[in-house]
Amino acid sequence: MAAAGNQNLSVGRLVGKLVLTVAAMFGFGFAMVPLYDVFCEWTGLNGKTGGQVVYEADTADIDLARAVTVQFSATNNAGMAWDFRPLQSQVVVHPGELNEVKFYARNPTAARVIGQAVPSVSPSAGADFLHKTECFCFNQQVLEPGESIEMPVRFFVDKALPDDVHKLTLSYTLFDVTQNFAETAQGIAN
Amino acid sequence: MATGHAEHHHGPATGFTRWLYTTNHKDIGSMYLWFSFAMFLLGGVFALVIRAELFQPGLQFVDPNFFNQMTTMHGLVMVFGAVMPAFVGLANWMIPMMIGAPDMALPRMNNWSFWILPFAFTMLASTLFMEGGAPNFGWTFYAPLSTTYAPASVTFFIFAVHIMGASSIMGSINIIATIQNLRAPGMTYMKMPLFVWTWLITAYLLIAVMPVLAGVVTMMLFDIHFGTSFFSAAGGGDPVLFQHVFWFFGHPEVYIMILPAFGVVSEIIPTFSRKKLFGYDSMVYATSSIAFLSFIVWAHHMFTTGMPLAGELFFMYATMLIAVPTGVKVFNWITTMFRGSISFETPMLFAIAFVVLFTCGGFTGLMLAIAPADFQYHDTYFVVAHFHYVLVPGAVFSIMAAAYYWLPKWTGNMYDETLGKVHFWLSFVGINVLFFPQHFLGLSGMPRRIPDYALQFADFNMISSVGAFLFGFSQLLFMFIVLKTVMGGKKATAQVWEGAEGLEWTLPSPAPYHTFSTPPAVK
Repeated sequence: MAAAGNQNLSVGRLVGKLVLTVAAMFGFGFAMVPLYDVFCEWTGLNGKTGGQVVYEADTADIDLARAVTVQFSATNNAGMAWDFRPLQSQVVVHPGELNEVKFYARNPTAARVIGQAVPSVSPSAGADFLHKTECFCFNQQVLEPGESIEMPVRFFVDKALPDDVHKLTLSYTLFDVTQNFAETAQGIAN
Repeated sequence: MATGHAEHHHGPATGFTRWLYTTNHKDIGSMYLWFSFAMFLLGGVFALVIRAELFQPGLQFVDPNFFNQMTTMHGLVMVFGAVMPAFVGLANWMIPMMIGAPDMALPRMNNWSFWILPFAFTMLASTLFMEGGAPNFGWTFYAPLSTTYAPASVTFFIFAVHIMGASSIMGSINIIATIQNLRAPGMTYMKMPLFVWTWLITAYLLIAVMPVLAGVVTMMLFDIHFGTSFFSAAGGGDPVLFQHVFWFFGHPEVYIMILPAFGVVSEIIPTFSRKKLFGYDSMVYATSSIAFLSFIVWAHHMFTTGMPLAGELFFMYATMLIAVPTGVKVFNWITTMFRGSISFETPMLFAIAFVVLFTCGGFTGLMLAIAPADFQYHDTYFVVAHFHYVLVPGAVFSIMAAAYYWLPKWTGNMYDETLGKVHFWLSFVGINVLFFPQHFLGLSGMPRRIPDYALQFADFNMISSVGAFLFGFSQLLFMFIVLKTVMGGKKATAQVWEGAEGLEWTLPSPAPYHTFSTPPAVK
């Protein structure tokens, strides 16, 4: 009987460890979410761009010898009805110089729609070197039926941009988030 | 109460409650196996709907949305309902008898882990009758197809997956606890039969990845019902993240379905070659290496998502590395047969077909691992041909081999050898007619998961469908053979097979309800 008791004890201990492993792996599944974000931000994979950056004006810091083409692209996600496009398709900029371009959006529907633009930069090797000081993607846009808007993006290209990158594409995908933010919008209206 | 107590010790209770309340590893093993066979037939019907629709170009029988439900349900039912429970059933039956244990370590939990499965699959199958239809986003349920654009029944799918996951986790905890604690004196780790070894490693894989699957479906649930944005780009999430989390589960999952098959084949080939398994130690190490590598190759399913070059190279080479331990296993099986005194009973035929056809599936896997070539093969019928070659003549053939091999031990009767061989040859021809042409379809560009196709694919699709019906209906013969053996037949000896070695063959046939109540001595 003593042997059986020992066996029960060791089974119990092992099961305890295995249950802990299961719980830890369940947690790991969720930990992959922030880990993935950190990894993408750190490597610039996935074209993920950083958030708002403050530009310190110093004209001496502009690399006039180098020219980089920045192209713009605007795409509507499925179900988004806005007329959405950049007003310039591309600009040639010098690294370090602050630039501004405008995007145009119009709500042709008969309903009030909230839009959220999500940016992406390709090639991903350049994603870390395009900094935005102001962007309509930092907020949601609310357009009444028929209303249109010109939305500015201010950005500069980092002087550390790898030498083999001559062209960057800044692309926005516009999502209809009216459903998700219906309550918030109500709050704004009130 | 006294009689109930006596019954518990002397034999099974009678009637339905025997099966409902049983904690006996043999009863539970049988229930797992029958359940898995029922799911195999259900998933097979779904497959035949797919092949009937693809028999000719154009839309004949089902609309595209229902076709998508069929591909999804076929995959889910076969993976989680047929292959995985079949191996758990084999583990329940055989592991205690192979290591000289009286039963599984946690018999009550064993009962639960089986009995929640029928509920999970009833819930999953019931989605077919719901408004909006069953899940139609593929068995890999990529977001946002499975979140933003999913039918309402997706919630039932999520809970079904949760229950299946809970069942697998409980099953694997039980298997690990049994193997690590209940081995007979003298049964050291390096003396364990290879089936026990491969299952021990598989159980650890399950413990590691089933919770991740539970996590990913939980995130889906939150995205769908509670306004989170794990996988929605509009809210700051990322759909590609879904694929990473899913395949972190999904790649080890494919080894969960094949490692026990390796174990089965490593039992059968030595028996019918009348030789010891060649390279036992290297088999154990190869299995462990495969299990380790399975955790670092997941993104080879995602070469076309826009991964950077360094990532593609890493996942390409890591994937190719798996061919090394797998090659060790294949060569060990061949060397075991080399100069053996081989006889070709049905289990051996299935085992040899496994070695040959699984290797074919392995080679197409190597082709798919080549990142630049994968852009051509991705999401084509070539992928379908590849994973069906490793899963059907791979995992499924090994389960059939195991059933024929141990059936005399389970029932005490020999199966009908002639019918067994007929079943083997029908399955073997059927499977190759079914899946081989799909390689050509994929290489010439036919996408997977489509109900209609361009005319140049017509001939190979027709051949493939003919093979599907041949293979599908041959399985009714399998059911007949098993039932006939359960009913009666030539009495089996304790050893059953001339070359069989191991503790399970020291027990009488059929194996008594309680075995090894006193641990056997292992030399």
